[in-house]
Amino acid sequence: MFEFSSANQKRIPEILAKYPNTQSALLPLLTLAQRQEGYVAPQAMVEIGRILKLSPGYVQSVASFYTMYHMHPTGKYIILFCINISCQLNGADELLEHTAKKLNIKVGETTEDKKFTLHREECLAACSNAPMMRINDTYHEDLTKEKIDKILDSLD
Amino acid sequence: MAELKLLTKDIDKKDLHKLSVYETTGGYGSLKKLFEKKPEEVVEMVKASGLRGRGGAGFPAGLKWSFLAKDVFPRYLCCNADESEPGTCKDRLLLEKTPHLLIEGMIICAYACLIETGYIYFRGEFQHASDLMDEALEEARAKNYLGKNIMGSGFDFDIHTHLGAGAYICGEESALLNSLEGRRGEPRLKPPFPAVEGLYSKPTVINNVETLCAVPYIINEGPEKYASFGTEKSKGSKLVSVSGHVKKPGNYEIEMGTTVRELIYDLAGGIRDDNKLKAYIPGGSSTPMLPADLVDTPFDYESLAAAGSMLGSGALIVIDDQVNIVESTLRLASFYKHESCGKCTPCREGTRWMWQLLDGIHQGEGTDQQVDKLVDICDNISFKSFCPLGDAAVGPVASSIKHFREDYEALLKKNAEGAA
Repeated sequence: MFEFSSANQKRIPEILAKYPNTQSALLPLLTLAQRQEGYVAPQAMVEIGRILKLSPGYVQSVASFYTMYHMHPTGKYIILFCINISCQLNGADELLEHTAKKLNIKVGETTEDKKFTLHREECLAACSNAPMMRINDTYHEDLTKEKIDKILDSLD
Repeated sequence: MAELKLLTKDIDKKDLHKLSVYETTGGYGSLKKLFEKKPEEVVEMVKASGLRGRGGAGFPAGLKWSFLAKDVFPRYLCCNADESEPGTCKDRLLLEKTPHLLIEGMIICAYACLIETGYIYFRGEFQHASDLMDEALEEARAKNYLGKNIMGSGFDFDIHTHLGAGAYICGEESALLNSLEGRRGEPRLKPPFPAVEGLYSKPTVINNVETLCAVPYIINEGPEKYASFGTEKSKGSKLVSVSGHVKKPGNYEIEMGTTVRELIYDLAGGIRDDNKLKAYIPGGSSTPMLPADLVDTPFDYESLAAAGSMLGSGALIVIDDQVNIVESTLRLASFYKHESCGKCTPCREGTRWMWQLLDGIHQGEGTDQQVDKLVDICDNISFKSFCPLGDAAVGPVASSIKHFREDYEALLKKNAEGAA
């Protein structure tokens, strides 16, 4: 069973009010559900479908198109490590390897304590401050091994 | 040489994202002039300025505005803030540092095109920029720069933010519209073009962040002044994101026609470790790469096209002589394979096949025939895909073989020696 929290319930009419068409709220509601639970559970898609009068299958067909929706539980911190060209040219591959080693996981995995999930990511529009990674909503730029260690150690 | 800061004049000013600070720089000053003019006069001004789309296609902005289907309402304005072209980070700078400049530009566009509702489509990762924009929109509403009867003009307009969720293809305008309507972000068949049937099947203007941010200057200073900068057909200034092997990467606002050499060596401080320049990609990852001997090419639409590439989104990726180009090309091929939406066969199958061949060559299993095969696949994707993503995927691969076939041969030779 999935329910939006009471605070999120209040946000739904605000989101719907932006659009002349309720279906436009589909991505915002999927994002809202993911922010609440950490991922988009099948039951969340059923609930969103109910609110927007869309079938759960249709909701899933849209959700599965977008890479930012996680269909399974993830770590508390999701690290998206950019490996696209500008970051690659500035040593991102080595830094990603360093990060994986430090967390003792492979890319794509979650640490045993469910704290970190590490993903290889495509360009995040921070190219002139490469290499970079995004941890949850925060961009960390101009990375070095030392800087990565410091950032990871500072997160509870 | 110096930058030409028409949009980024005050970008380093503290708290420019706040309305009170933005106003001290003359912000929203264009609106008084705007409401003294008729909408069609504003469209003519933007046409006369020569401003072209800064998202990648370079289509004249004023002309785009004039194509809207007559007498069909409501109409919509969508600002494309889905900045995803590898190498490009200039829109993020504008969005985070000067959100009110974009709002001001959108008000001008909406007034000129008789539009009452605007959306800003942010790429999903731009949560921070979107939050800042929501605050800026609230401030603008409180001062009646947005809302009903703006500044007593009788004109109503409001803007909403909308976040995507991770899909490069949504930067393509019709895919963006599908995504904004709550669908899979697949491109639509054109025609009808968005100016006729866009968002919710209504006439829609879609412009890039930087394009809209250039508009207040044109209203304030006049189209002649804007058109006095740049070259014959590429007018005004351009924000260029410089990344890769330079000493001072960053976003630089240059006069159109500044040479790539000036960008790399004067503004961006030259190549790291004083290595030699090997190649540069001028307009974001999809634009064909060019070799070092074309470093004196002026950075404008026509000159870069004549050199065999494109200005694109204005993202100059600099590669030094320590790199085997196959490695960079493989990375980009992997990107396009990942981002192909799967709707059409040439792009879906072609991007995967190109990546497989490149990966094989890179891993030491390549042959000379496979390089020829890559060229063949490029020819079969180009102009045969449903939307520009297919052509985009071909850009780096075809140009890497054209200009740096010796890098492929070096790998093949190494493989042959290894096998012997």
